[in-house]
Amino acid sequence: MTCGGIRPDGFKRAVPLKRAVAWTTAILASASGAAWANPEPGQLNMTRGVTEWSPTPYMLNNVVLGVCTVIGILVFGAMFIAMFRFRKSRGAVAEKWAHNTKVEIVWTTVPVLILIVLAYMGTGGLRSFADTTGSQMTVKVTGYQWKWRYDYVDYKGKAIDKVGFMSKLDSRSDETRQLNSGLDPNAVKASDGYNTYLIDVDHPLVVPVDTKIRFVITAGDVIHSWWVPQLGWKMDAIPGIVNSAWTNIREPGTYRGQCAELCGQDHGFMPIVVKALPKAEFEKWLADQQAKAAPPAPAAASTAQAPKTAQIAPAPSHQG
Amino acid sequence: MAHAATHDHHDDHHGAPKNFFTRWCMSTNHKDIGTLYLVFSLTMLFIGGSFAMVIRAELFKPGMQLVQPYFFNEMTTMHALVMIFGAIMPAFVGLGNWMIPLMIGAPDMALPRMNNLSFWILPFAFTLLLSTLFLPGGGPAGGWTMYPPLSLQGDSVAYVVFAVHLMGISSIMGAINIIATILNMRAPGMDLLKMPVFVWSWLITAFLLIAVMPVLAGAVTMLLTDKYFGTSFFNAAGGGDPVLFQHIFWFFGHPEVYIMILPAFGIISEIIPTFARKPIFGYKAMVFAIASIAFLSFIVWAHHMFAVGLPLGAEIFFMYATMLIAVPTGIKVFNWVSTMWGGSMTFETPMLFAIAFVILFTIGGFSGLMLALVPADFQYHDTYFVVAHFHYVLVTGALFAIIAASYYWLPKWTGRMYSETWGKIHFWNSVIWVNVLFFPQHFLGLAGMPRRIPDYNVAFANFNMISSIGGFLFGASQLIFLGVIVHAVWFSKKKATDRVWEGAKGLEWTVPSPAPFHTFDVPPVIHDEDLAHGHVDH
Repeated sequence: MTCGGIRPDGFKRAVPLKRAVAWTTAILASASGAAWANPEPGQLNMTRGVTEWSPTPYMLNNVVLGVCTVIGILVFGAMFIAMFRFRKSRGAVAEKWAHNTKVEIVWTTVPVLILIVLAYMGTGGLRSFADTTGSQMTVKVTGYQWKWRYDYVDYKGKAIDKVGFMSKLDSRSDETRQLNSGLDPNAVKASDGYNTYLIDVDHPLVVPVDTKIRFVITAGDVIHSWWVPQLGWKMDAIPGIVNSAWTNIREPGTYRGQCAELCGQDHGFMPIVVKALPKAEFEKWLADQQAKAAPPAPAAASTAQAPKTAQIAPAPSHQG
Repeated sequence: MAHAATHDHHDDHHGAPKNFFTRWCMSTNHKDIGTLYLVFSLTMLFIGGSFAMVIRAELFKPGMQLVQPYFFNEMTTMHALVMIFGAIMPAFVGLGNWMIPLMIGAPDMALPRMNNLSFWILPFAFTLLLSTLFLPGGGPAGGWTMYPPLSLQGDSVAYVVFAVHLMGISSIMGAINIIATILNMRAPGMDLLKMPVFVWSWLITAFLLIAVMPVLAGAVTMLLTDKYFGTSFFNAAGGGDPVLFQHIFWFFGHPEVYIMILPAFGIISEIIPTFARKPIFGYKAMVFAIASIAFLSFIVWAHHMFAVGLPLGAEIFFMYATMLIAVPTGIKVFNWVSTMWGGSMTFETPMLFAIAFVILFTIGGFSGLMLALVPADFQYHDTYFVVAHFHYVLVTGALFAIIAASYYWLPKWTGRMYSETWGKIHFWNSVIWVNVLFFPQHFLGLAGMPRRIPDYNVAFANFNMISSIGGFLFGASQLIFLGVIVHAVWFSKKKATDRVWEGAKGLEWTVPSPAPFHTFDVPPVIHDEDLAHGHVDH
């Protein structure tokens, strides 16, 4: 990673206890461009994310925000100077001119040049995002009202059978979020003290780090959208259509997101949790799941056969 | 002026009808119909605003305290439909009805009976739409964008579809009327390139309306047949495509966005020169910029769909096309600033709202440029960042322009001055609270809060509470607006002069205040120096 700024221990950073500390941390973090594991109180800027690709939207966001801020200061500054200098109450007399070809050419051309630079940056990021080839693992994501299903399709070129599960809002959040439940959303916390109200699930998606993972995303009823900010993108889950996207997570950790397309009454209550493990731990987890699924060999197999496509690389060979 | 002598005699034989029903329900008078549109739109502003209050109240703190999630979704959906089709669009039609004939020296709209029909459809359309909230099954809750398959799960599809059809028919008739009036009824000497920018902006907007409202009608009709007649336009299981709806919808939807902002550009281009006492900078560039934006609006629709899985080529095309819009929009902003530069400015309420428009609309434009960059949009899309963006362009953009126009022309409509003090109190409250309301929503979106959710993680609590407080106070501030209008219409003692504003130019200021029931029965004699844009360099 050449962009820098990601702390290796970012995912298990201690959660500040006091709100003031949290705000300070957030502001400092936003200034230094550090990664948040997840949304923090008072967070002001986009997360840098934890994947190979996620710095792309983050850097683009910062650059375009900077460009807009500079233009804004110039334009609004000129406006405020005008409002101060050319007041009738200060005796200003209106001039007659209403036209100046030279400056008009300048303020048409300069924005075009700025836009060309921004377009160039945007295009570069997009081309790498669109390339899902060379992935070492495939996960099928299916959106339902109001939960997600994850099916592990293949890993390192080998098809995975019968590893798949539903993932829905955790029961504590679900009880708390009922109308007038009387329960305190502030009390819904993970073991490390991080508040997980509405962003925790019963079964997280478990994936390995340093692996190019291809997601194939679809839906069973209405349109949903699968979004984990730390991965740097969202992709709509549409019934009848299979979308694809990829990620390559660089740091182990737990990354939280939510459905991002209105999908009915419980749209706000179908979070996404991705647990990224070191490769060895993931492989052990996967073996356990396969062992659990294998012996009784129930007839009702819900997972799809792994597609034998050229897009599955036989060995890890990512650039980074 | 020639017409000055003509409006002394008409009170005896064709003044306003005395009978209330005849005057307002049977009206063919552009001023009365304009008033009806404006009153209707103000009513809808408060109805749509009350839905927004429900939304902000539920989002005041984490946890569900007030409403069920489904009702929350009904509120977000209805808020959008009522504000877009009930408040913003009819307000512009009302302003167009009132002012276009006055600005081009026409005695009335070209098609006065159709004018009556196009207004009186609207109350029925909104009765139909709003009644769903009181019916079994509830109102639409799938978002104003009505994406299938979700929107088809509702029980109110037929009501919404027919309401949208009625609104569309009303808009199309209004647009035809405006085009016919502008192209045929200008006073001799009112060349196209001498028309006020507001008239230009409405001419272009009217063509957009005619182009896209039928597209929306087609899209919702397909929803109707998918729901009740077994077709599968958008049903993947039947060979259809849910994404097709989004393409059709946004082919309507993006020009629709400009339908709601181009007349606002026109209004601001009238107000700033008046209070800067200096002609608009780059008149022809302003007109050309509006036309360019209108053209570009047809080729950017898929920027609302960057996350649906478009092919790479499509994403790149729509990103570039969208970014291009920044050029003509930038020209407009630079021209407004240049109009102020070297002027002799005073800051009455219309000018204050116009200045706030330029600054805050530009902030909305900046976030629009950010959203155009596809990789960044993968993060922004469907978050509160988008909510902040479109409220900056629609509330501090379109709505502020409508409020500015109301203050600007109210003395001409009523013949009395509004209270400048209360107008300024209204302005400062609005401009402060609207920023408290919407600015923190940028942060919420960047931090990862999706839009259209009734409850959220405690990490989002701080900014949501600030936003809600801003929302309540911004909502309450609009009651001041109501008070100012009521005062100006019925109670103000201060008579308005014909010209009203020292720097005002254009034909509308040559008729008495209040504008008599009939104006320009005889076409006015145009003197270029009386026009705001009489001397255009060729």
